[in-house]
Amino acid sequence: MSLWEYANPARFMALSGRILPTLTIASAVLLLSGLIWGFFGTPADYKQGSTVKIIFLHVPTALMAINAWLMMLVASLIWLIRRHHVSALAAKAAAPIGMTMTLIALATGAIWGKPMWGTYWAWDPRLTSFMILLIFYFGYLALWEAVSDKDTAADLTSILCIVGSVFAVLSRYAVNFWSQGLHQGASLSLDKETHVDNAFYFPLLVSMAGMVLLFVTLVLIRTRTEIRTRRLSALRAREV
Amino acid sequence: MFGFDKYTNTVLMAYGVAIAMLAILIVLSLMKSNRVKRELDAQEAKSNGKN
Repeated sequence: MSLWEYANPARFMALSGRILPTLTIASAVLLLSGLIWGFFGTPADYKQGSTVKIIFLHVPTALMAINAWLMMLVASLIWLIRRHHVSALAAKAAAPIGMTMTLIALATGAIWGKPMWGTYWAWDPRLTSFMILLIFYFGYLALWEAVSDKDTAADLTSILCIVGSVFAVLSRYAVNFWSQGLHQGASLSLDKETHVDNAFYFPLLVSMAGMVLLFVTLVLIRTRTEIRTRRLSALRAREV
Repeated sequence: MFGFDKYTNTVLMAYGVAIAMLAILIVLSLMKSNRVKRELDAQEAKSNGKN
């Protein structure tokens, strides 16, 4: 069976309906385990004290803020190339989740920054690129609401998504190639010499896995809602 | 091993803000999902009744 067959709304609804209960339980278990383990089961850092525990929220939400946009980019490209409505609706469904993740990453970073950097905010490359990403999320959602023809809205938002991807990628790699900012390097790396201590590494991985699954669960729920909304509009239009 | 230190309020505030935002996102998503499903079921029943 080809992957494209799930672009059929009926098939998508059937498959997503089957996997959602398992996905919901898995995401709840992983996210709660990661956060509880991180909050209660890790020591305070010798420099940062207990503020180090904020990484169990900050890093997974920052990861998803960027990857949500990249998922929207893939879905938007599929819409532009193959005109599958489900992909356009999936991109629309992911936007509020990505926006919330960006807000949480910025808020937890600011709360951590005050005692550690002495300020809630600095015009650091990564912070600034994240702020621009947040503005792109607002703009993307506003554009969907502003255009009444849904296919035109999907076209325009897809183009906006491609443009915004520059900042999503910049947010991810800003710490690597702009070293003048306050933000430290990546907390996780494939290079075992540079990532955080194992006491934080494993609960962080569990939190990240939980956040990824929560994102997928919410995208499926919201995409199903978008498909139903479109069907509802079609039925109502038929009556008029 | 959560020990209280001078940053306890900072940590609690970060967790409180993040969990509140996630909870709002989840609750709003579920509320909209249930409302649209209910409306669609009612509309389909109405449309089927006419046919």
